[in-house]
Amino acid sequence: MSYILEGSTGPWEIVVGLEVHCQVISKSKLFSGASTKFGNEPNSNVSLVDAAMPGMLPVVNAECVRQAVKTGLGLKAKINKESVFARKNYFYADLPQGYQISQFDKPIVGEGTIILDMPDGSTKSVGIERLHLEQDAGKSMHDQDPKYSHIDLNRSGVALMEIVSMPDIRSPEEAGAYLTKLRAIVRYLGTCDGNMNEGSMRCDANVSVRRPGEGFGTRCEIKNVNSIRFVMQAIEIEAKRQIEVIEGGGEIQQETRLYDQRLGETRSMRSKEMAHDYRYFPDPDLLPLVFDDAFISEIEKELPELPDEKKARFMRENGLSAYDAGVLVAEKEKADYYEVVAKGRDGKLAANWVITNLFGALNKAEVGIADSPVTAENLGKLIDLISDDTISGRIAKDVFEIMIETGGDPEKIVEEKGLKQITDTGAIETAIDEVIAANPDKVEEIRAGKDKMLGWFVGQVMKSTGGKANPGMVNKLLRDKILG
Amino acid sequence: MTDLTKLTLAEARDGLAKGDYTSVELTEAHLKSMDAHRNLNAYITETPEKAMEMAKASDAKRAKGDAGKMEGLPIAVKDLFCTEGVQTTAASHILEGFKPEYESTVTSNLFGNGAVMLGKANLDEFAMGSSNTSSYYGNVINPWKDKSGKDLVPGGSSGGSAAAVAANMALAATGTDTGGSIRQPASYCGIVGLKPTYGRCSRWGIVAFASSLDQAGPMTKTVRDAAIMLGAMAGHDAKDSTSAPIAVPDFEAALTGDIRGMKIGIPKEYRVDGMPEEISKLWDNGVAMLRDAGAEVVDVTLPHTKYALGTYYIVAPAEASSNLARYDGLRYGQRVMDDGDSLDDMYMKSRAAGFGKEVQRRIMIGTYVLSAGYYDAYYNKALKVRRRIYQDFEGAFGQVDAILTPTAPSAAFAIGENEGDPVKMYLNDVFTVPASLAGLPGISVPTGLSAEGLPLGLQLIGKPFDEETVLRVGGVLESAANFTAKPAGQEG
Repeated sequence: MSYILEGSTGPWEIVVGLEVHCQVISKSKLFSGASTKFGNEPNSNVSLVDAAMPGMLPVVNAECVRQAVKTGLGLKAKINKESVFARKNYFYADLPQGYQISQFDKPIVGEGTIILDMPDGSTKSVGIERLHLEQDAGKSMHDQDPKYSHIDLNRSGVALMEIVSMPDIRSPEEAGAYLTKLRAIVRYLGTCDGNMNEGSMRCDANVSVRRPGEGFGTRCEIKNVNSIRFVMQAIEIEAKRQIEVIEGGGEIQQETRLYDQRLGETRSMRSKEMAHDYRYFPDPDLLPLVFDDAFISEIEKELPELPDEKKARFMRENGLSAYDAGVLVAEKEKADYYEVVAKGRDGKLAANWVITNLFGALNKAEVGIADSPVTAENLGKLIDLISDDTISGRIAKDVFEIMIETGGDPEKIVEEKGLKQITDTGAIETAIDEVIAANPDKVEEIRAGKDKMLGWFVGQVMKSTGGKANPGMVNKLLRDKILG
Repeated sequence: MTDLTKLTLAEARDGLAKGDYTSVELTEAHLKSMDAHRNLNAYITETPEKAMEMAKASDAKRAKGDAGKMEGLPIAVKDLFCTEGVQTTAASHILEGFKPEYESTVTSNLFGNGAVMLGKANLDEFAMGSSNTSSYYGNVINPWKDKSGKDLVPGGSSGGSAAAVAANMALAATGTDTGGSIRQPASYCGIVGLKPTYGRCSRWGIVAFASSLDQAGPMTKTVRDAAIMLGAMAGHDAKDSTSAPIAVPDFEAALTGDIRGMKIGIPKEYRVDGMPEEISKLWDNGVAMLRDAGAEVVDVTLPHTKYALGTYYIVAPAEASSNLARYDGLRYGQRVMDDGDSLDDMYMKSRAAGFGKEVQRRIMIGTYVLSAGYYDAYYNKALKVRRRIYQDFEGAFGQVDAILTPTAPSAAFAIGENEGDPVKMYLNDVFTVPASLAGLPGISVPTGLSAEGLPLGLQLIGKPFDEETVLRVGGVLESAANFTAKPAGQEG
């Protein structure tokens, strides 16, 4: 279903490309030995190189290169065996060298693809234009002193992967799905922790609008949006602004804008005329980054099963729907959890319990899968208790409630609370006899052909046994006794 | 006792080994010479206390039977090398008072080999210049005088280093060469200057001018001294990605004096229009000396030579404009700021006050050639021409072992001359720049005197990482030329 914004003069389509900065998981920085640890005292993770002392030289960190190649492989992208670091020159207080070492016309990773899993279970593929390695800047702190800004260089020089999409995204939902999927991929790979709120994943959105079927319009770039939800909001708001400008007879100026989530608007940050001339040129302190096929295949061997492959396997081996499989693989921890629950059990039943009951309860409690009070082992045991008729499905739901509350072992809960299903024919017969004796008129109705009334009897027997009677047995015995 | 400052590095080394004198005595003699010649302004910072401390430690080390390649030998260090705890200025106001917490790899190697530091030698600001007149700390005066007796430039940018060695204020000195900054001042001051192959010496801890060209090298009294000192400076350094991971040969062993059968190339393109007669003659003499020593002289062609200077003055300023961006007044050096100033105000005031005219000019040229719309026309084209220049040399070295050219188009000129005409000033580098662009080793050896009685040098250019041939041929040229002239007051 295509996403269309209705303007006063007709329908508009939006075109979006995303540039995502992912902080590389590595012990030390891209070109220095300083630590990348988050949350240390300001300016404690700073080497002479990071502070751009005179005569200091960058030396590329092989671990960061491996992480970039790994990410490229995860994006099914072309790995460039020769790439070049270039200097992007501009002055700012948190950029000690006066230039950022980045990659310009020869990035380490070329074109690739991301498959989006849309909420309706459909998929869409979005092209990746490139991935390149670059240094992060330091942090300016404007709230430490009334007169001066303070600078923290801990982040200065930390490796980033800038991942640029093709302008293939056509709705805020697709932008959201893109970011969700990209985050899942880098997390599966262990190349970026994907925490947008800590700034280890940051997003710039290029947005333009056009009449369906026409060529691209002029785009505006929305800088540094720090959550998936805000990216989606910003895109919609910016697209509506552009439509209003065009329909009002105006023209879109190519510019950089900021999204103000508080006011729900985008604001001009700098115009094209004010745009920096970065004077990119190959960094003469660094040789071209060259590696061979063996280097790539070494990394290839370490690749984990990625979301798309896992999804396909869940569908193939466990008979799950595309939707259920997509939900489960969205986060590696969720998929891992599910696999423990499903192991040696009915995969579909396990998926139902994990998605409907567990995820439902976790969402309600606003708890992540890692902090789930119910372990995967215990949820598996609960399913076993249903499968071997120890408890009924209905009782299982009660037991699950207790497990969510207490984190307890389902076997113990069933034992302690005496919730074991009654499968003793005598006990069930006694209960049935009591209900029959108390309702002779209803018995007659059934015998007169009103079959539906049988359900009412089942319910009464279940009620009198506290739900513990085996519903199948109750049904059978009732039929025998009344219709027998 | 002989004047210890008149010894060569090799003689002093051997004398120390024999116990003729101590490092303390050698060092004291040089400190005295520095006092006597302070008018030349060869040093920005003298470090007599550190020198004596190092000399004493060196003597103690030698007493234990542990002597490095440069053990106890007092030298000057160009003030472009960061030296731990010692002010490092790059001859710029913007770095005044800056004391690094680290030691450059080259000085670290030298000190590890026993060398003693006398002080930090003057230079053109950020090594940009051919006359040593752009130093914030004042120009250096060449110890040589012409017949009129007026003050002459020592050449640049390693002018302080060259003057210090020529005036016996140091046994030797470190220099750096980007477009001729070791070779040209060596020629102007009548000493030997060797620019090694790019990548031979680590650039770590040397204040960067143009990263793809900068290379440290020795400035010495003799070719043998250059061989000794290069061996103590060079070597692979993991901290410099452009440093070559190859072993350092025994350069001194290359000085066999035998060049029989070697082929020496003479590039016709270096015979430029308007070349002074005496330079032309010097060159011809050099050719004759090498031929007499048994070398075969071959004409070679380096067709892109005429583009070298233009290429250099795009590439070097481009890199410089970026390398010098870090001098922003924020973390070290000079900051100029008034109350209520913005960040941009601070940048502009600090950099306007901190950088001299020539540095500002090159930053502007570099910024221009890299800017959008001009990049392809200038910088990118320059890179292509640079490649051609390298290929020219590759072709020539298919036929010959080394190439002989003049080092500079003239002898030392008067202070103040050429100041108003930067392009004329840049022409001083016309013979040295091509080898810099190609990253090749080059040595300047003093071989004659001008009509005004000033030293003139010839340059030998070698194959990549073949400093040994350059030194061997240089040694033969040195012996044949028998250049014994000294500046007034330094005669042996």
